[in-house]
Amino acid sequence: MTASIWVRMDAWVRSVIPFCVTLFLLLLTAVPTHVPGFAGIAPMLPMMGVYYWAIYRPDLLPAWLAFVIGLLYDIVAGTPLGVNALVLLLVQGTAAGQRKFFLGKSFAVTWWAFGVLTGGAVSMAWMLESFLMGRALEPLPVIFEYLMTLSFFPVLTWMLARVQMAFLKEA
Amino acid sequence: MKQSNAAGRLATFRLLAQRFAFLSLIVASVALMLLGKADIVLIEHTRTLVADAMAPLLDAMARPAATVAQVTENVHELANIRTENARLREENARLMHWQTVARRLETENAVLHENLNVIPDPDPAFVTARVIGDMGSAFGQSMLLGAGSNDGVRKGQAVLSGEVLVGHIAEVGLRSSRLLLITDINSRTPIMVEPSHTRAILTGDNTGRPRLNYVTGSPTIAVGDRVVTSASGSAFPPGIPVGAVSSVNDGVIRVEPFVPRNHLEFVSVVDFGLGGILPFERLAPPERHRREKDE
Repeated sequence: MTASIWVRMDAWVRSVIPFCVTLFLLLLTAVPTHVPGFAGIAPMLPMMGVYYWAIYRPDLLPAWLAFVIGLLYDIVAGTPLGVNALVLLLVQGTAAGQRKFFLGKSFAVTWWAFGVLTGGAVSMAWMLESFLMGRALEPLPVIFEYLMTLSFFPVLTWMLARVQMAFLKEA
Repeated sequence: MKQSNAAGRLATFRLLAQRFAFLSLIVASVALMLLGKADIVLIEHTRTLVADAMAPLLDAMARPAATVAQVTENVHELANIRTENARLREENARLMHWQTVARRLETENAVLHENLNVIPDPDPAFVTARVIGDMGSAFGQSMLLGAGSNDGVRKGQAVLSGEVLVGHIAEVGLRSSRLLLITDINSRTPIMVEPSHTRAILTGDNTGRPRLNYVTGSPTIAVGDRVVTSASGSAFPPGIPVGAVSSVNDGVIRVEPFVPRNHLEFVSVVDFGLGGILPFERLAPPERHRREKDE
């Protein structure tokens, strides 16, 4: 009897790992790095987490959890509430909807698709924010942030793949 | 046949439910944006509540990062110790001269204060807070501080690093608060360019160097001019250093803040007893309209 409780608990803990990892990425982004010039263009790590899990385990990081992560992102970053929630929600929805296309494809394809999707997401965030602020935001920092996010993608995907191998292998 | 039909119907139903959930989440986020735009107090409360809940986590993560940053800085300083030493010697010689000048001026000032019966400025109360969260987003320049209304932080208070203004408090929770930097797109700071006593508004645009707007008169502002706060709008006391003019191009004047964002680890939240920046204050409609009606 006790064994079954432990087994169930083990399964539960494993099933919340994608959310916890993405939350950790969110907190990691918020750590003050004290690196000159880095602060304005830090890569959007939570977006990579949402994208990765949407492709490989959409059952464990469903749309509503992506929405929650987006809300937390808005609160920590001080951006208007709902902007990143909507952006991450759409990233999750698009990636999860097209996941059959990604499975079994090479890494370059995943990276390219991430570039396209993030490009759309970042432009959308830029438009929403500009609309909510009532004037156009400076585009240059946004472009740098986008490029930064793109260049961090391989490292982060490697790490997320390790996490998946370690905790969610059997599934 | 019947069974497969039922299973098919169930699958369609599940798909529809999923679609519906997804759509309602989209609607929810748009609704949140509009609610936030309407400045509803509820939204702000929720924000500060969640930020409060996350503050201990963020604080725990910020500490090791600060240690790592310190170690790297130490290594960097060791490498440059000779040049740094030479620079400091030179600076010391210059500052010694300034010290003599300042001493003389201080005594002169004290005598003048006494003669004129000047009421001294009250010493402001302040709280020192650690920066616990810096999202480093291109969409806004703000930070989370690990002190809130429990520690005496209030909305609108000035935030200084050393003697230099870095921003003001925009949101306050019980144990966390949001520091809006002067470089944020929502930031407006009344300032004065020191040599010419020109008043202007320092407007952030999410880049590292905010620009000057509403410059009074047609002054000659040069690169390197010191920028300090002005008492306009009684948001901040006059004379707090902010930055130096870094470029003047086609009427666009940009200011380099004295304290770069990445240097902020501990900041002081200062209560000058002034109204501070009141973000929700609406100005009364201008007089002109009424006069036109009368005519």
